[in-house]
Amino acid sequence: MRHTFVALVEDKPGVLNRVVSVFRRRTFNIESLTVGRTHQEGISRITIVVDSDKTDVVRIMPYMYKLINVLQVEDLTYQPHVNRDLAMVKINATPENRAAIMQLAEVFRARVVDVTNNSLIIEITGDEEKIDGFVDVLRPYGIIEMVRTGIIAMERGASTLINNMGENQNYELPIEFKMA
Amino acid sequence: MNKTGAQIFWECLEREGVDVIFGYPGGATLPIYDALVTSKIHHVLVRHEQGASHMADGYARASGRVGVALATSGPGATNLITGIATALMDSSPTVFITGQVSSPLIGYDAFQETDVTGITLPITKHNYLITDVNDIAPTIREAFFLAKSGRPGPVLIDITKDAQQATIDWEYDDQPAHLPGYRPDFRPANSEFERAVEMIHNAKKPLILAGHGILISGAMEEVLEFAERTQTPVADTLLGLGAFPGSHSLSLGMMGMHGEAWVNKAIQEADLLLAFGMRFDDRVTGKISHYAPKAKKIHIEIDPSEINKNVQVDIALVGDLKEILQKMLPSISTVDHTEWLEEINTLRGHSAVRDIKNLPDNGHLYAAHVINALWQVTKGEAIIVSDVGQNQMWTAQYYRHDKPNTSITSGGLGTMGFGLPGGIGAKFAKPDQEVWVIAGDGGIQMTQAELSTIAQEGIKVNIAILNNGYLGMVRQWQEFFYDKRYSATPMKGPDLVKIAEAHGLTGIRVSSRDEVVDAIEAARKNPGTVLIDFKVEKEDSVYPMVPTGAAIDAMIRRPLPESVIQES
Repeated sequence: MRHTFVALVEDKPGVLNRVVSVFRRRTFNIESLTVGRTHQEGISRITIVVDSDKTDVVRIMPYMYKLINVLQVEDLTYQPHVNRDLAMVKINATPENRAAIMQLAEVFRARVVDVTNNSLIIEITGDEEKIDGFVDVLRPYGIIEMVRTGIIAMERGASTLINNMGENQNYELPIEFKMA
Repeated sequence: MNKTGAQIFWECLEREGVDVIFGYPGGATLPIYDALVTSKIHHVLVRHEQGASHMADGYARASGRVGVALATSGPGATNLITGIATALMDSSPTVFITGQVSSPLIGYDAFQETDVTGITLPITKHNYLITDVNDIAPTIREAFFLAKSGRPGPVLIDITKDAQQATIDWEYDDQPAHLPGYRPDFRPANSEFERAVEMIHNAKKPLILAGHGILISGAMEEVLEFAERTQTPVADTLLGLGAFPGSHSLSLGMMGMHGEAWVNKAIQEADLLLAFGMRFDDRVTGKISHYAPKAKKIHIEIDPSEINKNVQVDIALVGDLKEILQKMLPSISTVDHTEWLEEINTLRGHSAVRDIKNLPDNGHLYAAHVINALWQVTKGEAIIVSDVGQNQMWTAQYYRHDKPNTSITSGGLGTMGFGLPGGIGAKFAKPDQEVWVIAGDGGIQMTQAELSTIAQEGIKVNIAILNNGYLGMVRQWQEFFYDKRYSATPMKGPDLVKIAEAHGLTGIRVSSRDEVVDAIEAARKNPGTVLIDFKVEKEDSVYPMVPTGAAIDAMIRRPLPESVIQES
């Protein structure tokens, strides 16, 4: 099963290395990793997806919290959340089949962002399944190149990681430590 | 006032209360060493940076204060690695400082450049690379705060040469460290307290597992009070020795792979384990699935990542042990556990019969005799710094510690060569106390060069070598589990008495049991450092022993006394 962790970290050199080392050291394979700035200066947000069949996921949050530069970590897996992936697919497209491909793109609400005589670049966002489905229907036309951002995720509702961080400031333990 | 980075560096260390630093100069630390001349801090010139790292560690463990080591870039920095990893595994509050090539050269494979923050990332609590002189003071403040707070550990600061050289207008200010992601002061919820107290009151066969955390937290009195009021016997981890008085009637001794048989049996019989500042290391638990099957478990521990890591517990109280026990003690009632204590005493009586130190003198010198004599002569009051291997286990078994922070050894990492430099560090931390280094002939040879450091500093550290001509612990495993194929374990060593003498120190050789006490007394009387080369039984083993992967009560026991005498 897939687990989605999101973390707020200090935006400093080497922090990503520290986070990734938590996984590397324990030979946990990362399926997807994205990092980017947040609206708050000095804070970056990381989304990490791992396969819990191969990874002892309950260990991840405590280990992440041990890192000095990690401000907040949450496991969104069991919380209502939205996750999105973005892909750009470069595909063989002749003037003859271009219209058909563009029609497919429309069905998937994907956008054509580049057109040449013999190729198209199509951009699609959505959850992983949608993108996988789109890629499958494009495959027969000949995919030349593809790039995906990896998953980004956000909790539904008004609560935010940064707010939760404030609450957690005083000794609130991450969920794994709360005993029944 | 205009100051260079190097001057700022020393002033900040002084402000942190550093009185001694262990180091070795080099190209990338020349500015720092130049500014050392005007500093009040005493610099100890080591013979190898590994020595400096263990000295800082030994200093930290003996004093509870932050130990500091200094090395140059490249090989100087990489030579620290073993000591940094040792300090991390044993939660020792240490700060390691390395010089780095000038910032424009970083990444260009400059002479003596190495990526030390990259290398030490997994073996430090945190590390820093400073390229700007303005970052030196705040970073040192953060580093010392991190090293000693929460679960202590090593912090490394890599400072480029240009940052050391640059001059800025600077005054010391004591702004607190700004570490928004570091929140080590967890406190457990009240409901957890209530459940824990109820569990403690309901227990019939409780047992305290006393770990290193007691010493770090300074919770010795609280643990004593708790144990006495609840009449709960106390078993120690290797690093927990001394946290609870060894001669107390409730003290059982060490647990685990080479723990006392009755201790491991008691753990297996217990209905409640109270884990105080310990982490259920594999050397303590043996086979996890068979560990303490009848016991509920309460874990009091400051590092949340230790909870449910090795052993699943019923209640976890995350936070400072002293604080938690202080909060808990008012609700703890007096309990009587006479039956349980008698049950353990029966086990103890049976096991002690096979103890080698009770054997008649057959002309052979056993390590147990040496450690037992050392314990008696020093009245159990010396700081004992052991190396790693059989010497370490015999020391743990036969030297009984009544006082905290008098037992120092590399537990988690098991670093051979730790003993001598660790002992030097401990002596600098506690110059008025008697310090004994106990090492094997293998371990002493790893860091023997530090005898020169002892000579140059003119300090007194007593050194007892348990010399059996083997890498004894590995030999023992080969004997038990590899059909006595002694592959690469027989070791021809130098004449250690002459080695001591070559350094201007005193050496004594002891080969029989009746010379042991005299030699120890002679060493104590001597104003300088004395090394005693005890020629002990060559193929003696540490008993009892739990084979790896076995349950902790499945122990290999010392053969019956008769057979021991016949064999030898």
